[in-house]
Parts: sequence; structure tokens; C-alpha cells
Amino acid sequence: MPLLSVRNLKTRFATDRGTVRAVNGVSFDLEEGEILGLVGESGSGKSVTALSIMRLVPEPPGKVTADAMTLDGTDLLGLSEAQAREVRGSRMAMIFQDPMRSLNPVLTIGRQITEVLHRHQKLAGAAARRRAVELLDTVGIPMAEKRLGAYPHQFSGGMRQRVMIAIALSCNPRLLIADEATTALDVTIQAQIIDLVKRLTRERGTSVIWISHDLGVVAGLCDRVNVMYAGTVVESGPIRELFHRPSHGYTLGLMGSTPRVDGTSTRRLTPIEGMPPNLIDPIPLCPFLPRCRVSVAACQARPPAPRQFGAGHWASCLADLAP
Amino acid sequence: MAVVQSPPPVAAPRIAGSLRLAARQFPRHRAAMVGLICLALICLAAALAPWVAPYDPIQIKLSAKLKPPSFEHWMGTDHFGRDVFSRLLYGGRTSLSVGLLVVGFAFVMGVPLGLASGYFGKRIDNLLMRLVDAFLTFPPLLLAVALVGLLGPDIQNVMLALGLVQAPVLARMVRGSTLAVREDVYVTAARALGAGPARIVLSHLLRNVMSPIVVQLTIVFAAAVVAEASLSFLGFGTQPPQPSWGRDMSEARRFLGDAPWMFLAPTGAIMLCVLSINFMGDGLRDALDPRAWRTRRTIGQAER
Repeated sequence: MPLLSVRNLKTRFATDRGTVRAVNGVSFDLEEGEILGLVGESGSGKSVTALSIMRLVPEPPGKVTADAMTLDGTDLLGLSEAQAREVRGSRMAMIFQDPMRSLNPVLTIGRQITEVLHRHQKLAGAAARRRAVELLDTVGIPMAEKRLGAYPHQFSGGMRQRVMIAIALSCNPRLLIADEATTALDVTIQAQIIDLVKRLTRERGTSVIWISHDLGVVAGLCDRVNVMYAGTVVESGPIRELFHRPSHGYTLGLMGSTPRVDGTSTRRLTPIEGMPPNLIDPIPLCPFLPRCRVSVAACQARPPAPRQFGAGHWASCLADLAP
Repeated sequence: MAVVQSPPPVAAPRIAGSLRLAARQFPRHRAAMVGLICLALICLAAALAPWVAPYDPIQIKLSAKLKPPSFEHWMGTDHFGRDVFSRLLYGGRTSLSVGLLVVGFAFVMGVPLGLASGYFGKRIDNLLMRLVDAFLTFPPLLLAVALVGLLGPDIQNVMLALGLVQAPVLARMVRGSTLAVREDVYVTAARALGAGPARIVLSHLLRNVMSPIVVQLTIVFAAAVVAEASLSFLGFGTQPPQPSWGRDMSEARRFLGDAPWMFLAPTGAIMLCVLSINFMGDGLRDALDPRAWRTRRTIGQAER
């Protein structure tokens, strides 16, 4: 049984101009210990998917529905707010994009770690502080003991993100969601943080949903990728499969617009023309059609259904892109 | 980069509470310390008035009226021959307690209202803020006069009225700051780690809106002392011949040309208090914001 199972997740937001379908029927499974990448451009619904799973979508104006959304057998949508608070931080945790702002500036690092330990593991006083030191140690913060009394502004961006990871993993969650966790960091630090997450989650068998718009990062870290566009998963597959045989016009476009440092080709980068669709209006055909470079005649006639391209690899595309 | 050599610590290191660290920071702010000492001295003098005042503050002695400062009367005498210095000491009891109690009342009323409004939003926010708006539509002094008129002219009622006038101002300000802080990523991050409303409001929102609150409260104090004067002048609040800084100040107005000391003494006292409190507010604001700390030691050593 998969650790996380999401079926037909829909998240809508009521606005003055109409209902925004931010997530529109997303389904996937996440196995234990698996690292799943969620890629797509801004507004494709990656973050809202994550927030929906965490039950952090404000309702109203938001509205989250799904045929099923279970974490380790627990029906996440059926939880009351108080029950959801118990699950958040202990069985699933999330880290955010901006490490400069995801720690409270007026509380010490130690306090922010021990607070969570106290909340979920009833650890207090000396025991909590010892555990906090251990945690900071594991994420590679030198002189951890002395750092407990430090404030976030005394840390660099990379160190803060390490602290966030320490806090997120403090109660050994089964699921870790990282929302653009390395986007705000420079490349060398990015690599360190990715290694850290990889190491810690492999050690503990934690499943990870890694949200990014950086295909390079996803390629180096994830086991499987979901490509999202306009609130839906348009292609999903094991990392190698998907990179070798992109089977959706959008995935192809994403790859064409990503610079590669390992390739020998001198090809030009091709941007994806146009803008993502307005999520208020219903989208009867393929949402990517207006921007697609590989569309076929059938695309104008009917919406694409998911097609199988390999083991665990499918795409909702009518064009035949396979070489 | 990973640090491997970490023997399990024998004794868990202590994390000094943020508030305790802030308390240690405060004395480093020189102006704030001067303010604190000044205000403490003034309060002490007012509290000890019956023992340190050289004369009875309401004893009339017409033969000695409007005398300039001398060894006998350090700050001169007023139009009834009363000793200005003694009246200053006794008046401080009224004025300072009005100022401090109004600050306390505004804090206790205004801050929870503002936090609730800003955090819960929507209907609660609407309800509370319309209430606040209703209070804010009246000119503050007029509202205070109306309230005192309703409750009866008495110094306790003056404090209550002034507190009721100031609380909505504070509530509105706290709400504004809360709305801004609420959207910060660390609040979402805290929620993602299972923090409930109480935790978020108390340890995240309140701590981060403290600075503007402190600044506002110093203003409230000054406004309260002056407003008490106005109310006393209008016949509410302190009744003659009881001394209060505000009362004495407005009475001295008539003798500004002949006996400026009568005016300068209470005015100076009010000014000194307000300045002291402003300085303290500055220091307090900096002490509550770790980013403004002047650290002489390096990272992490602060917990010693």
C-alpha cells in the first residue's frame, strides 16, 4: 500500500471574478521512501497541491475535495482541524521556499526547535535541548550547542534552511514536502541541501515530495516526476524514462527551455511562447494546446486521455513524440 | 560539511529565554537607562510626597502668594501662597497614576482586541473594528468628557474614560501590524508544524507586533497626562484644591507673565516624564527586536 494516496484532488478558490480551479483532478501515489518531483511553471498548482495535502488551504475562500487522500491509512480530508494539527509536524512536515522568512525573527533557533519537540513529543527542558542539539548536528550546523541561543538573522540562508530541515524532521515524519526549498539559495548551497535531504530521508525511509521548477534539481534527486500544468498532472513517470522519452508537449517544452551543462549539444534554448491559461474559465481541450508546438489535428477535437508509454510512465497527450 | 564529532553533551545547554535575553539587552541602551532612572526617581518622589514635601500642598497662605523661587520655597509659591514644589510632588501622585493606569488599561483592552481582529479576520474583524470605529468617530477629549459626565467626576472615572478612549486606537494599530505579520512565511511554517491558534497568536504574532505597541504606549502615557489636565481644567477629574500637574499647569496660565515658575514646574515635570518614557520605549523596542541588538560577543555566546 502506498504511503500517500491522492485521488482526483480538486482545490478551488472563490474569487470576485469567479472560481479559480487551482488544482483540477490530481491523482498519484507515493511509496514509502520514494522521492517524487513535482515540476511545472508558476501557477501550475504545485504549491496548492502541497498545501492541500497538508490541509493548510484556508477554507473559505478555498475548497479542497478529493475522492481519496490518505496518508498511511489516515483519511486526511476527514480530519478535524485539531486532528490535522496533530498530524502536521509529526507525521508530515513541510519546508518552504524562503529560508530568510520561514523562521520567526524574534525567537531563538533553540526555542523554535524545542517548541515543535514539545508540541508533538512532549519533550521539554534539558531533554528537548539535547535533542535539538542532536538535530542541528545531523543537518550539519557546527557548534550546534552554542547555536541554540542564536537568532535567525545571525544565520546565512543555507544554515537557516538546514535549521528548517532539522525542525521539519524533528519528529520523524513519514512524509516531507519541500516547496521550492532550494530556489532561494545559490547553486553550491543548493547542492549541499539536496544532498542533505537525500541522505536524511534515505536513512529514515521518509517519503518526499520535492516541488521545483528546476528540472536539473529534480533529475538529480527524485525517483519519479509529476509534470503539472494548469492544475493537472500532464505527465508522470520514473525519472530516467521521463527525461529520455518526454511524451507530453509541455514536458518537451520545459526541457527545451532548460539549459544543460552536461550536454555537448550547442542547441539554442527555446522558450515556451504565450501564457498559462486562465484557471477561472473551463478548459475543454488540452490546457497546453494554445502554446503547444507539437499539436496534432486530434488535439482540436477532444481532450487528451492519459496514455501509457512505459512502466509507470504516462502522459495526457495525443501527439506521438516518441523517437 | 557535516559535523561528525559530537559527543553526547553531558549537560544540556541552557537556552536563555528570548525575554531574558531582551532584559539583558535593555541596560545597554544608554538613553533608555537614563529614562528609566529619571522616571523611577520621579515616581519615588511622588510616592514619598508626604514625607519629603516641605509644605502642605493645599495650605493657603495669602501673605506669601506669587513668591519667586527662594531657599524657603524652591520653586516659588502660587497665587494662594501654596508651595509649588510640594504641589508638584503631590500632583505627581495623581498624574503618574493616571498615566500608568491608562497605559495599562489600553494595553489590556486594546492588544487582545487587535490580535483577535487581525488573526481571526472576517466576521470577528468586522464586528470588532466597527466597534472601534464607533469610538474613533468622536473627538477623544469630547468622548472622555461624555464618559466622565456619565460616570461622575472622579479621578477613577477619568482613568477609566481615558483608557476607553485610548484602547480603540491601540486595537486598530495592533490589528494592522497583526495583519502584516500573519502573512509572513514563518506563520505558515509554524502551522505546517502543527502549531495551533494560541501558539501562533502568543509566540509568533504578539512577539512580532510588540515594537509598535511599545511605541504607541509611550504616546498614550503622554496623552493621558495631558488629557487629565484638560479634564481637570474643565472641572472633571481632580477637584481643586487637590493638586495635579495638569490642573496646576492650566491654573498657572493666568499668571504666566507674573509667576512663570508656577507654569514651568508642572510643565517641566510632564515633559521630563514623557521624555523618559519615550527613551524607555526606544530601548524597549530595540531590546525586543534581536536584529537591533548590539552584540559585543559573537554568535551563540549570548546564552551564557
